[in-house]
Formats: sequence, C-alpha cells, structure tokens
Amino acid sequence: MTQQDALINYCLRLGDTSLILGQRMAEWTSNGPTLEEDIALTNISLDLFGQARTFLTYAGEVEGKGRTEDDFAYHRNEREFYNTLLSERPNGHFGDTIARNFLHAAFLYHLYSALTKSKDDKIAALASKSLKEVTYHLRHSSEWIVRLGDGTVESHQKIQDSINDLWMFTGDLFVMNEVDELLIKEGIAANLNEIKKLWDNTVNEVLQRATLKRPIDGFMQKGRLEGRHAECLGHLLAEMQFLPRAYPDATW
Amino acid sequence: MNYLNKYTRQQIWDFLAEIPDPEIPVITIVDLGVLREIEILPKKVIITITPTYSGCPAMKLFEDEIKKKLHTEGIENVELKMVYSPAWTTDWINDAALEKLKNYGIAPPVKGSEDKGVLFKNGPKVVQCPQCGSNETELKSQFGSTACKALYQCKDCLEPFDYFKCI
Repeated sequence: MTQQDALINYCLRLGDTSLILGQRMAEWTSNGPTLEEDIALTNISLDLFGQARTFLTYAGEVEGKGRTEDDFAYHRNEREFYNTLLSERPNGHFGDTIARNFLHAAFLYHLYSALTKSKDDKIAALASKSLKEVTYHLRHSSEWIVRLGDGTVESHQKIQDSINDLWMFTGDLFVMNEVDELLIKEGIAANLNEIKKLWDNTVNEVLQRATLKRPIDGFMQKGRLEGRHAECLGHLLAEMQFLPRAYPDATW
Repeated sequence: MNYLNKYTRQQIWDFLAEIPDPEIPVITIVDLGVLREIEILPKKVIITITPTYSGCPAMKLFEDEIKKKLHTEGIENVELKMVYSPAWTTDWINDAALEKLKNYGIAPPVKGSEDKGVLFKNGPKVVQCPQCGSNETELKSQFGSTACKALYQCKDCLEPFDYFKCI
C-alpha cells in the first residue's frame, strides 16, 4: 500500500462517517420533538454534510482521477463505504438518536482535536474547522444525556437502554489497520488507542453526571475498515442515492 | 487587457464589499471576514474566501455573487479559491458590522468570549438583548435559525432573539 492509497482511504473514512451520520440527522427534519430540537438536529446535519463534502473532495484530489464529492457520495455501493458502524445506526426514538450522537460526538471531538496537529496541512485545516462544530454537537448531546438520565424514572430507563443497545458498536470506532499504521508513522493520522483513552474519560464523566451506568464491554461488532456494514446502511443509501442513480444527468 | 494595469487590490476589495450576506443583508462578505485574499495576475484575478461553517449554504451563493459582481466590473477571468486554514472565527467580524448586526436585531458575538468549554458550558455569561438592551437574557437553544446563530430570549421584554455564536 502506498501513502497515497492510505490517505485516500483515510479521507473516505472521515468523509463517509460525517456523510452517513449527517443523512441520519437529516431524517429528523420536521420530525423533531420540539421546534428548537428539530432545528438543532438539522443544523447538526448541515455541519456534518459540510464536513463530509470537504473530506470527500480532498479524497478526490489525492486520488487525482477527477472523482468529485458527488461521485463518492452517490456512485459507490455499500461495501465501498468506510463510515463507522455507529454512525449508520437507525435513529430510533429521540433518546436513541441522542445516545448515538453523544457516543459519536465524543469520538469525533477527540479525533479532530488530535488531527489539528496532522502533518498533512489539509487534514489539519479541515480538522480545525470541523472541531469547532463538533464541540457544539458534543455539548448538545451531553446535555441531553444528563437531562434524560437524571430525569424521570422512565427517561432514565429509556436512555440507559439506548446506551446499552449501542454499546456493541463502539468497539469499531477504535479498530486500526495498515492504513493507520502507515499514516501514524508519517504523523498524518491519529492513534486511535490514544483517542480511546480520551473518549473513555469523556463518556465516563457524562454518564456519571447523568446517573447512568457504563455498560460492560462485551461482544463488539466490527467491519468499518473492510466496508462490512449492517443491513440498515443499504436502506439509507437506497434513499440517499436514488435520484442521481435514476436520473444520471441531473445537476445541482 | 492586462488586469494588473487596470485594477488595484483596493478597488476589487471595494467591489466585493458591496456583496451582502444573503441571510443577514445588512452586513457584507468583507464585514464577515469571509473574503481573505485578492491576487491580481495579468490575465486572471484570484479571490480567496473561507467558509464560516463547513455546511454554510451561503458559500455557493457567495461564489456566484463574487463572479457576477466582478464580471459586471469588467473582470471576466475570476478564479475562486477556498481555504480552511486558519479556520474562520467571529473575531474577524469588524466593529462596524457588529453594530449593524445589533441594529438589525441580532445580538453580535461577544468578542474574545470564544467558548472553548466542551461540556456543560453555555456560552458567554452576558448576551445583551438587541431590542431593549437588558442583560437579563437566557439561552433557549444552541442552534438557531442558521448554523451561525443561537436562540436567546430576553427576560425583561420577553422577546426571543438570535445571537451570533462566537466561534
């Protein structure tokens, strides 16, 4: 594997994760529990789409074959996506969405913080930009975790169940392969073992404040690095990709 | 035609200072700090801009408006460059624009209060109500009508208002 191949794959991981999570959040449009939350969830979606566009565009630049952000988003199949398994989890009820967003935002917050020091100038710049936005996302979901966890008996039980159900998808966030190895050596990528420690601290702090229990690590689903996903990603892509595939000459 | 002989950087800067923000028409792309650099070459003018937020839908419009404006001023060959570093910050909004925001009914970002706290910190302590000037206001939602704004409410005059988030 060349450094160029590794960098393309790394950008796709970052771009795909934001794209798929952004698409999930867009599904909340007009379905939020209150008007303010509806706006918040879709604002987060907008940030994520913006981040996805920059990383996918950069993947195309590094590849140098003229592929655009749209080519990557609309003309790849499920097995060619490298998003985290957590990002594709269905929205479920509001608590499920908040739990997923929280576990994910804590990951992206620490990942982007580390990537601001990347030796690849473009990755460092995009990470600095994204970090400002993800900080808001993390705060938004953390506050809801505390409000729901430290709320009523029912809200406490529901958000605890949401965290428990999603826990098996958190191991996949930190799995690395030769792409990471090569890029860490070059000072471009972040070491996910380090990110895991920071993520643990943030997750523990918030769960404790929310009077919630951190689930015990059991079986962890994996597959992000090989493009192995849950069935739900296929359905998401079918909806997201329908228009450009059905009408290939459609333009923005 | 040689652009170098025909235009100065300041002239082009002034042309672009007439392009309003589509969501907040009282301020311009120059006020916002979105316009970063102008480079004049003999056959081409390169305009460098930076996005406020990654997903800001106004960016595409800014690009179109910049090209349109320069075309009407006789500059046909315009190249637009997008830079991400240094990342845009509300500190780049000039003082005159902060005043314009306030008069328009949007509480301007409280300078130097960039909110770096991640967990459980709710932005700046005091955001003044742009309607009645009261300091007794409260945050209703971190996310307002656009990506760059938060929703506040004044406890005195009870009016809800937008606060331009400090990032």
